[in-house]
Amino acid sequence: MKIHEYQAKDILRKYKVPVPEGGVAFSIEEAVEVAQRIGGSVWVVKAQIHAGGRGKGGGVKIAKSIEDVELYAREMIGMRLVTHQTGPEGRIVKRLLIEQGINIAKELYFGITLDRATSQNVVMASTEGGVEIEQVAADTPELILKEFVDPRTGFQGYQARKLAFGLGLTGAQFKNAVKFFTALYTAYEETDASLAEINPLVVTEEGEVLALDAKMNFDDNALYRHPEILEMRDLDEEEPLEIEASKYNLNYIKLDGNVGCMVNGAGLAMSTMDIIKLAGGEPANFLDVGGGASSETVENGFRIILSDENVKAVLINIFGGIVRCDRVATGVVQAARNVQVDLPVVVRLAGTNAEEAGVILRESGLKFLVADTLEDAAKKVTETIVF
Amino acid sequence: MSVLVDKKTKLVVQGITGSEGSFHTQQMVEYGTNVVAGVTPGKGGMMHQDIPVFNTVADAVKETGANASVIFVPAGFAADAILESIDAGLPLIVCITEGIPTRDMMRVKTALDASNSRLIGPNCPGVISPGKAKIGIMPGFIHKKGNVGVISRSGTLTYEAVYQLTQLGIGQSTCIGIGGDPIVGTQFIDAMQLFNEDKDTDAMVMIGEIGGTAEEEAAEYVKKNVKKPVIGFIAGRTAPPGRRMGHAGAIIAGGKGTATEKMEVMKKARITVVENPALIGETVKKVMQRRGLLKKAAPKKKAAAKSAATTRRTGK
Repeated sequence: MKIHEYQAKDILRKYKVPVPEGGVAFSIEEAVEVAQRIGGSVWVVKAQIHAGGRGKGGGVKIAKSIEDVELYAREMIGMRLVTHQTGPEGRIVKRLLIEQGINIAKELYFGITLDRATSQNVVMASTEGGVEIEQVAADTPELILKEFVDPRTGFQGYQARKLAFGLGLTGAQFKNAVKFFTALYTAYEETDASLAEINPLVVTEEGEVLALDAKMNFDDNALYRHPEILEMRDLDEEEPLEIEASKYNLNYIKLDGNVGCMVNGAGLAMSTMDIIKLAGGEPANFLDVGGGASSETVENGFRIILSDENVKAVLINIFGGIVRCDRVATGVVQAARNVQVDLPVVVRLAGTNAEEAGVILRESGLKFLVADTLEDAAKKVTETIVF
Repeated sequence: MSVLVDKKTKLVVQGITGSEGSFHTQQMVEYGTNVVAGVTPGKGGMMHQDIPVFNTVADAVKETGANASVIFVPAGFAADAILESIDAGLPLIVCITEGIPTRDMMRVKTALDASNSRLIGPNCPGVISPGKAKIGIMPGFIHKKGNVGVISRSGTLTYEAVYQLTQLGIGQSTCIGIGGDPIVGTQFIDAMQLFNEDKDTDAMVMIGEIGGTAEEEAAEYVKKNVKKPVIGFIAGRTAPPGRRMGHAGAIIAGGKGTATEKMEVMKKARITVVENPALIGETVKKVMQRRGLLKKAAPKKKAAAKSAATTRRTGK
């Protein structure tokens, strides 16, 4: 799960990770109020959306007066912010973060995530702050310092010191950096985060070390033990159809193509998308209805797929293992009747009782295109797209 | 013959009295798996489907001599269940449960590395040696005894691939579902090692997907160590970056872990990469034919097996 920058900073504050003073605003009035409460003479107005690259799109502005705060807030609230991570449709800005301006001496990078190859958390630091770390990793990997954390002992002081020395920090900056790294690791660990990225991490002339930006993602599997984080979910940042699907426990991801698909199992669902592409179509979605594929889930699946106006054909691909294909077929027929599907539907059921399933589909009176193999299904999809 | 699971396997089912546990225990028994015990804390002493239930895995092992466990307990308790099996010294642990928090698995992995136990999964269909035994939830009937080892991160996609093989008359020595989570007990490379050393596995099929670098590591191993033909497929060429595609581990993060990238690395390791998942079976058949490995699948004749083995070593 993703959260907003201001929410991540609220979590960091709780763990005593230094962040600039600031607060969230949902309106222009609130933005002004927050700025006045913080005081000072320079503020930063930051659009809150779940995507990076906000600065370039006009989503981060520096205000030198309260009037400027108001002006920028007016510009940003309700604007369609397009960044390289949002896609061309962008995101509507509904929340702002108003923060005190910081006297930056140096911009650094600091991040924590799971390293899958070692099954350990990796803590990364770099002098190349403020730019995309993927780019740094590709161009100058030697500029990224890494420390791996043994789950038995946790993140140790010597590791924090190694990173801080590696960044060339001394004096107060060094001391504060070590504290910062240790506190951030605790926040990451205790919240079951899957990513904590501070880019840039800034040091000031006064020796302070602060999270100027903060990005945190969380392990979905662990959210059940963090209700306070689950509450931070912002439905405005999610695709409406995906929210709808999640109500039915369907694993659905909307894509831009024209062929909808409904599959049991994630791997087979991805492969079915790949097949659609190979057949000359574009997948309109990822949809895993789970191992069971009951008539109810199939019906809900149909509804979700058909709500997507781009869908011109549907491919159902179910591998019946323990679940019997004839039962799935009955469910598909019932669902198609209830939902009144007008589009061509290619159905491929394989595994237990697949033949009986074929008979049920063919004799249903509905215009299913019944495919016997995965290849046959792909061909039939191609044919439906052509016509 | 097979790896990990066979007629000598004596299985204990953790969570045997739950609905999933009950159902699949019955399925496993019907397939021929020797299920010797079940564990449900607090229900020790009762019989469930004619199988004795124990309070702890340690009790079950002591009383029945179980040498493998399968876990059907809910996600919040599954890491604890794995640790209990490790503590009981079981050499093989198969965890079916989906949704275990990564932080919990990280600790399990550390305990695992310090033990003699092997974990398959979590979030996997399990392991089957066709005609002998199965530990898991896969449908037994789609499998056929034979000489192809199958390794996969997915469930139904593996069934699909196995089904294609079986329909072409190509049997499997063992099929290992390693699981779709970011942290799994056994990786491609470990499973490959088993198959590489198994004298009755003549070819391997690896079915990967987007996310992580396990396929790349396996490819590196194949390049250096494997003479047997390997056929591979990667699901998710059309998957968008940054989105979790069902499996917790199936995500392209920071531009890394794409299907195209994995396929490239695999090709460089002389793995036959299948672009179309409908053609996994066909491709395996072609490769095995070319290497003279198909005869061996026919009823056992020592001579035929020998000549096939010779062709394998010399043929390129």
